[in-house]
Amino acid sequence: MSLRLTGASLQHGNGVQALCDVDLSITTGERVAIIGPSGAGKSSLLSLLASALPPSSGSVELLGENPWQLSARARQRLRTRISLIHQAPPLPPRQRVVTAVLAGKLGQWGLGKSLLNLLHPVDIPGARAVLARLDLTDKLFAQCQQLSGGQLQRVGIARALYQSPELLLADEPVSAMDPVLAGHTLNVLCRHAETQGVTLIASLHAVELALAHFPRIIGVRAGRIAFDCPAAEVTPQLLDALYANEQLVSPPAPAATLSLQLPRC
Amino acid sequence: MRRLGNIALLLAILAAVVASFAYLGMGLGALVEGDNLKQMGAYAARFLQPDLSSGHLQAIGRGALETLAMSAVGTLLAAVFGLLLALPAAGRFGGVAQSLVRLLLNALRAIPELVWAALMVLAAGLGPNAGTLALALHTAGVLGRLFAEALENTPTAPAEAIRLQGGGQIAAFCYGTLPNLWPQLLAYTLYRWENNIRMASVLGFVGAGGLGQMLYISLSLFQEAQASTVILAMLLLVLGVDALSGWTRQRWVRTG
Amino acid sequence: MLSRDTRDPAALPRLLLTVLAIALLWPGIQLAELNPGVLIAGDSQSEMGHFVSAFWPPAHSPDFLQLLLDATLQTLAIATAGMAIALLLAVPAALAASRALSLSAASRGGRPGALGQALRWPVRGLLIFLRSVPEIVWALLFVRAVGLGPTAGVLAIAITYAGMLGKVYAEIFESVDQRPMHVLLQAGSGRLAAFAYGSLPNAAAELTSYTVYRWECAIRASVVMGFVGAGGLGQQIDLSLRMFAGSEVASMLLTFLLLVLLADTLSRVLRGRLA
Repeated sequence: MSLRLTGASLQHGNGVQALCDVDLSITTGERVAIIGPSGAGKSSLLSLLASALPPSSGSVELLGENPWQLSARARQRLRTRISLIHQAPPLPPRQRVVTAVLAGKLGQWGLGKSLLNLLHPVDIPGARAVLARLDLTDKLFAQCQQLSGGQLQRVGIARALYQSPELLLADEPVSAMDPVLAGHTLNVLCRHAETQGVTLIASLHAVELALAHFPRIIGVRAGRIAFDCPAAEVTPQLLDALYANEQLVSPPAPAATLSLQLPRC
Repeated sequence: MRRLGNIALLLAILAAVVASFAYLGMGLGALVEGDNLKQMGAYAARFLQPDLSSGHLQAIGRGALETLAMSAVGTLLAAVFGLLLALPAAGRFGGVAQSLVRLLLNALRAIPELVWAALMVLAAGLGPNAGTLALALHTAGVLGRLFAEALENTPTAPAEAIRLQGGGQIAAFCYGTLPNLWPQLLAYTLYRWENNIRMASVLGFVGAGGLGQMLYISLSLFQEAQASTVILAMLLLVLGVDALSGWTRQRWVRTG
Repeated sequence: MLSRDTRDPAALPRLLLTVLAIALLWPGIQLAELNPGVLIAGDSQSEMGHFVSAFWPPAHSPDFLQLLLDATLQTLAIATAGMAIALLLAVPAALAASRALSLSAASRGGRPGALGQALRWPVRGLLIFLRSVPEIVWALLFVRAVGLGPTAGVLAIAITYAGMLGKVYAEIFESVDQRPMHVLLQAGSGRLAAFAYGSLPNAAAELTSYTVYRWECAIRASVVMGFVGAGGLGQQIDLSLRMFAGSEVASMLLTFLLLVLLADTLSRVLRGRLA
């Protein structure tokens, strides 16, 4: 069992109830996509799974351990085996791509090696190999502020791949990429998950991408799980119910297309 | 009502000014009467022929280098300690530590550099060491507070992300916070260096070495010609450091 | 191929920079004769230790407190009188140096003609010279010229701050919207009248704010100048230091901190009220 949520709820500091009584279990090596309307709680769910926030009620079990019953040091050790790819990569603008990627292994390096890496990158071939899988080797020594939104997201993914975690979480990892690049990048992630036996959970806006690349789909709406089934069993009715928005009355369109959402600058 | 209040305030200020002159027992007239102006004029005239002999210029060169070294080393020490103190001052180690360190920083900056220099001469004896330490102590207070404010305004997301993947506190700081922070730190440090070069020139008045000590001695010995050369050297030094600091800021802080 | 793989393009510049830094730092430390160990070394420990241990309790005999009060009042008086004279000098200088009052600028959209610029440069140059020489140097010169005591302090502040105020006033005049004044100038009004009715109302707030801020700086400067004999609290601290009277120095430092705090509060109130 890779991870299990039992009756987990999450209430943010400002009183907003992000998740309500969520039950979820995912086995090792599974690939799962989380879809749902904006504000449904996908990011909160991933934060919970990354042990970024403790649940307000219920329990969380990650890689066989409850992170909130561990000591702080043990929790940090657990976190080195989990990686969260952010939608807006938290990369300092003046940092070089090579340093940003190598930072993936900071949890596994001692302090000496971490500081030495700032003076001179300790594993350039490793960083280069990971970036090659995402077609970014030419940006190895560029500064993060020189990259476009899609390139930055790929650097974030490269950092996660370099970390080699057992549990890979991705929050809208391809939202700033064009459809072809998005599909290609998701391919890379899924192949990595398959070959390394890594559990991959990704939240996506584009339903077609989710259905195309992930065998299991979880629909989230208003902080609860609306449905949890194999991709083949996802029907248009289920999707309509998931994305139905009573306030928006749009004229009937012949072919509805979902737009890609760009991350905030 | 507000107009009346403002007028009353202005009258109070005027009264304070008049009272000041009265308290000091000096009328403006006393300054310009008879001999006084002539005396000052004659004194000023003695400065108009600076001594440019090679021996004196060499001494000035040495003094200038000493002053430059005092200001640079002092500012550098202050930047290092300022950064170390900025961490607790920004609340990274809890509320109690924050209050204590902020108090320390305020005490360090409130006392002027010259007073610190006088105290350091007491502790360390005459010479540039006292001046360097004085500058370091005062500037650490100033930079510590500026750095703490910059630290509080830096986004925390990059460092939090590093913590989330298992990294340690120091690594998270160096990889997540420092890259965003250091251009601002550099700008503040350069700005204080510009101020410190002016200060370093005059700390010698209390015996802390550099051009200031040379000026004090030559004025005490009534060697106005030598003194005016020292003053010229001070001006050149200040202009030079201002230019260098401006160039460094262009190169490292704005671009790249 | 392998060597290309592990070479970092930033490595060489970083190495050069490090070498340069060390090459500059080492002689720098030698020249500065840096020795922080002095603060905790054995010998001065006893002297310094005695001195610092005398800090508590700070001197508080009635005679001494009276002396302290006199010195503080003297410092305040030096700063205020000095600022008053500085204002008298700065305002005409600023008016002369500022391009804001240039007649030729009125017709050329704000940039004076060649003659206009040439006439202003000497005044600007003088202002720059006055503020570039540190005020304490002026204080030292005046002490030599007119003797020990507060007069030297007042003159030093007057001269340096005239330079500072003059330059900033000139800049404030130029930064305010020029058009109301230009309109008046072109309508035939005299320069000063055009300035007073056109630009001054807009500039007044900033002028006041800066002047009050400088007054606060003048108080600090007065204390510092006391160390070279220009009267006030600073001169007393210098005397007590020379006599190793730790408790007196402690009292005076505390008074100085209080004075600075007071001036800071007063300055903020005044700026809020007037600006």
